[in-house]
Amino acid sequence: MSAPVLFSPASGGVPPEPHRPTSGASSQPRRAFGARALLAALPLALRKLDPRVMVRRPVLFVVELGAALLTALAIAEPFLGRSESATPIPGGFTWAIAAWLWATVLFGNLAEAVAEGRGKAQADSLRTTRSETPARVLATAGDGAWDRAADPAGLRARLEERASSALAIGDVVLVEAGDVIPGDGDVIHGVASVDESAITGESAPVVREAGGDRSAVTGGTRVLSDRILVRVTSTPGQTFVDRMISLVEGASRRKTPNEVALDVLLATLTLVFLVVTLTLNPIASSVAAPVHLAVLVALLVCLIPTTISALLSAIGIAGMDRLVRRNVLALSGRAVEAAGDVSTLLLDKTGTITYGNRRAVGVNPLPGVELDAAWSAAVEASLADATPEGRSVLALALSDGPRTASALAHAALGGTDTVAPAGSSEPAAPEGEASAEAGRTPSGVLQLTGSPVAFSATTRMSGVDRRDGSALRKGAGSAVLAWLDAAGNAPSARVRAALEADVARIAGQGGTPLVVAEQEADGTGRALAVIHLKDVVKEGLPEKFEQLRAMGIRTVMITGDNEVTARAIAAEAGVDDVLAEATPEDKLALIKQEQAGGRMVAMTGDGTNDAPALAQADVGVAMNTGTSAAKEAGNMVDLDSDPAKLIDIVAIGKQLLITRGALTTFSIANDLAKYFAIVPAMFMGAFPQLGALNVMGLSSPASAVLSAVIFNALVILALIPLALRGVKYRAVAASKLLGRNLLIYGLGGVVAPFIGIKLIDLVVSLLPGF
Amino acid sequence: MSVVWAVAALGLVVVLLAAVHVPLGDYMARLYTSPQHLRVERWLYRATGVNPDAEQSWRRYLGGLLAFSALGLLAVYALQRLQHWLPGSLGLPAVEPSLAFNTAASFLGNTNWQSYSPEATVGLTVQMAGLAVQNFLSAAVGLAVAIAFVRGLTRRGEPTLGNVWVDLTRGTLRLLLPLAVLGAVLLMLAGVIQNLGEPTTISTLTGATQTIPGGPVASQEAIKMLGTNGGGFFNANSAHPFENPNAFSNLVQILLVLLIPFSLPRTFGTMVGSRRQGVAILAVMGGLFLVSYALLTWAELVGAGAAPQAAGGAMEGKEQRFGIIGSTLFATTTTGTSTGAVNSMHDSYTALGGALPLLNMMLGEVAPGGVGSGLYGMLILAIVAVFVAGLLVGRTPEYLGKRIGRGEITLASLYLLVTPTIVLLGTALSFGIPALRESIEGTSILNPGHHGLSEVLYAFTSAANNNGSAFAGLTANTPWLNWALGLAILLGRFLPIVFVLALAGRLAAQRPVPVTAGTLPTHTPLFQGMLAGVTLLFTALTYFPVLALGPLAEGTL
Repeated sequence: MSAPVLFSPASGGVPPEPHRPTSGASSQPRRAFGARALLAALPLALRKLDPRVMVRRPVLFVVELGAALLTALAIAEPFLGRSESATPIPGGFTWAIAAWLWATVLFGNLAEAVAEGRGKAQADSLRTTRSETPARVLATAGDGAWDRAADPAGLRARLEERASSALAIGDVVLVEAGDVIPGDGDVIHGVASVDESAITGESAPVVREAGGDRSAVTGGTRVLSDRILVRVTSTPGQTFVDRMISLVEGASRRKTPNEVALDVLLATLTLVFLVVTLTLNPIASSVAAPVHLAVLVALLVCLIPTTISALLSAIGIAGMDRLVRRNVLALSGRAVEAAGDVSTLLLDKTGTITYGNRRAVGVNPLPGVELDAAWSAAVEASLADATPEGRSVLALALSDGPRTASALAHAALGGTDTVAPAGSSEPAAPEGEASAEAGRTPSGVLQLTGSPVAFSATTRMSGVDRRDGSALRKGAGSAVLAWLDAAGNAPSARVRAALEADVARIAGQGGTPLVVAEQEADGTGRALAVIHLKDVVKEGLPEKFEQLRAMGIRTVMITGDNEVTARAIAAEAGVDDVLAEATPEDKLALIKQEQAGGRMVAMTGDGTNDAPALAQADVGVAMNTGTSAAKEAGNMVDLDSDPAKLIDIVAIGKQLLITRGALTTFSIANDLAKYFAIVPAMFMGAFPQLGALNVMGLSSPASAVLSAVIFNALVILALIPLALRGVKYRAVAASKLLGRNLLIYGLGGVVAPFIGIKLIDLVVSLLPGF
Repeated sequence: MSVVWAVAALGLVVVLLAAVHVPLGDYMARLYTSPQHLRVERWLYRATGVNPDAEQSWRRYLGGLLAFSALGLLAVYALQRLQHWLPGSLGLPAVEPSLAFNTAASFLGNTNWQSYSPEATVGLTVQMAGLAVQNFLSAAVGLAVAIAFVRGLTRRGEPTLGNVWVDLTRGTLRLLLPLAVLGAVLLMLAGVIQNLGEPTTISTLTGATQTIPGGPVASQEAIKMLGTNGGGFFNANSAHPFENPNAFSNLVQILLVLLIPFSLPRTFGTMVGSRRQGVAILAVMGGLFLVSYALLTWAELVGAGAAPQAAGGAMEGKEQRFGIIGSTLFATTTTGTSTGAVNSMHDSYTALGGALPLLNMMLGEVAPGGVGSGLYGMLILAIVAVFVAGLLVGRTPEYLGKRIGRGEITLASLYLLVTPTIVLLGTALSFGIPALRESIEGTSILNPGHHGLSEVLYAFTSAANNNGSAFAGLTANTPWLNWALGLAILLGRFLPIVFVLALAGRLAAQRPVPVTAGTLPTHTPLFQGMLAGVTLLFTALTYFPVLALGPLAEGTL
């Protein structure tokens, strides 16, 4: 099964999509656009010449009407005889203009067809996942009807074979290892590993289980192990994959608000130029012979914004496409556009701003304790702690600790990266039973020295009981002090003061302090060290947030942590604001409050309790691992379930708008040069003095008009790659961005056609008669 | 030397305006936002049954404005048609229907296109009770629309724009009247006549008899300039020595014209709570004005041909007492502001020089434009510029916190469509329909060919943009031109107002988006440049072909 994702990496300021080793990636063309793609899109482009289709793109429709008119005129001309005209017209001129007008329309269609074609390739590969799958539905009536209460696993229920297309919402189906899941739904019983590469392109299987936030499964994905019951949540034909197919194909594409507004402006310009050309001959009649119809139509086509109109839908489709390539599924174009307008980002702390887990960043010996002893105790006390926090103490010791501690950590880690599964601190194994293999794991090393003591909620400590009767404990300061006090080992006032100061300092920085203490076999004990655990902010985030600030986007970190911890992490990451101890209701309230102030809010979420906030946010990105409710509520789904991608989504939204604006500016700026080509050409016959306006020195009036028309057609073709790729986007303030883009697309749009038309004229002038 | 004079004359105007526009702009902002009513105003509201504290939706505001203007149109038309029965008519007969319609429309639309010779057509009553009153009221209408539009930008989610009766009353009573009185006094001091006497008939030295007209000229003249109306008491307009006797009166007239249009950006900035937004608009208006003045003065000073060379410049059609610079500054002022008064004959300018007054009008009267209309015209262009610029920075475009979506850009587009369509269609019909063409070429045009084309184009441009200045050389008092230009004036005035107020209503109902670093700043020189560019490009693209046929073809002959 080939994956639908990943063609070429996108260029520009938008972060490149991560390269993922999928089976489909290599089989896709590397180039986003080439002669092959054009050729492949040609049949579709020709089909789009149908006036009933064209009428939906009014500007190009005007061109098509002009082309048809001139074709008719070209056929009729030999029979009409020569009419008087202000422009000297060589034979075949009308034919040439008509041909190039048809080419203009065709190129416009080609742009759309290429964009749609790229989506089609993805859709086709997605369709293969949608093939009919037999589904085993648990009977709900009659003999052997499933009784959920009595038989939650459905072991005794009668199974009905049914085609996946005949499933209804609420049906419960049984899926076992090797089966393709017949439809979207939630796992209601069991746990299974699922291969979702058909949808996400991610080859590593994911775990889906009943209850919680990882219960949603997608039709078309394959169960690799175990057995689950799935309750179907969408009717066939409206599943996730179906929606994805119609999205990438552009079938369900509706014009977005900004696109509609731009259409209005383009239609206005078209109307203005229609008036200009229609009134030209009557006005000129007082001083000159009428302008030839072919020249008038050529003038009209050159002036109306054909370039942007031809590329507009391609830009929209390509924008959606860029999101899909980054494994984000926007359920509407409106959402993509809204992403560009977002002014507040709500970011979950865990996974977005920090790595999921706390890490040890320091071990501070208490007064009277040697550095090496403190570190060694910290390492030893963590041997039994299989949590990532515990492992991070070993990792820290390995890299930063003094020699003995480092060696101990090295032995414990065994130079490998194997991790004992979470919560697997088994009860202390009887002496001598430790295998050679076990000796390489932390608990294995530990077993050589003593027996581990697992963390428990009542003691709030973990540690080790050494074979010599001594013990080490690690835990929250109050718990460890209580442990020492209970044995009559209360530390001295000096040590206690130092310990409390250190604990307070670490907590104040948003970290978590852990105290390590020791009790000798003789019952004496002392506190040894304070371990500093903290949330580690992902690299490069402060820079990223700085960029967002420059773009005018406020970032708010959402966390369940307390205010102090949250503030400290926020300060380190450089986010603008914090919502600490956040409940889903708090999130919803925050979103509403921001929106009341006129801001647009984007957020990510995965749980069912995130659904109201996701629905309320202007851009709600649901994680694919999340529940169906979350996915329904959001207007985007991130197949990689990477909340940090929100930032990319904003960039893509902006890039989409900028591409539209840039090509509009370019298109309108082009008109100036076209005027300088055509207007003198129209009247030079009657008024040679207007030759002064022929600043490009075009060889003849006929050549000037034809060259402008050819340029107008070719520029569409030349800009298709840019429309598909999107213009370069940088995260800088709006004023800087405007200056840059005005220079490139405004000034460039004025200058480029002067050069282009001149060059084309050099070629056209070689034709006989021109 | 001439360059020094050109700069000095402009410098004087700039310095005086710079000093005055801040207090006047702030005064206007206070005037239109204060909740207090004067006693005379309250009395007026009671007499007319108006509740001055009732806020109006854009539809009601527009309805009031249109009803008010329709009444005015009827009144001016009736006064002219009934002139022979009115006192103070100086024995003049009733004005014939097409001319009466044209004149009524023209004064209603703040245009003051005059197809007639005033001293030979309208008596004192029509001048004072009809035309002068409309000079005040049409200016007040323009101001009200501009203020209502600014309110639309400042309101935060309320669907109302203020009260049209209050805006009209205050604009007339508290702004136009006092300034007009001041202007009239200054003009009288400068030597402009002011009397209610009958025309004096004298015998000249050569034995011929000559009729010297009198009249309340200074008072008419003050509001003619202040309200950017431009309709002269005499046919020769401000070239007439009784209307504009000397360089000082010339300067006073120029200042009166520019006073309100150049102060309104300040009012706008104050009302929206961001003065620099006002400064940006002012800069664009001023910049376009400056360039136009420089080009026109250069064209006239250089003046191709033997006669201009001998005279040291193109003096044809200009008054000796103003010279080239006094004329070009006046021409730039009155065509850049929809005033349309002339102190020299634009028809006689060099071909390229003559194109500049034409271009000033084609810009849509925004540099700085008529009283009120200049501001709302420029703000509409700003909205279009913001739309394109907003897309260029990757956000849904917004101006002063208001999103420019489909509805907004549709209304702005419709606004921009109106005048080019009227100008081009009117000119095309004049030449394209044989019967009309006969009338145009047989009666109206004095100089056939490119120049004749320019004259007709100028007439329709002037009418549709509510300027009122004429290229001269065109006999406009024909049924076709009277009706067509009258209609062009009314459509060119009131269709845009409909779109502006509808847009204002939409904007007012919007809750503003807060400003962030991602918001496109609309006060920077970059945006000012872009706004000027959009203004010029739109004009150039619309009118380039006809300009090529008219002035450009003639100028490059």
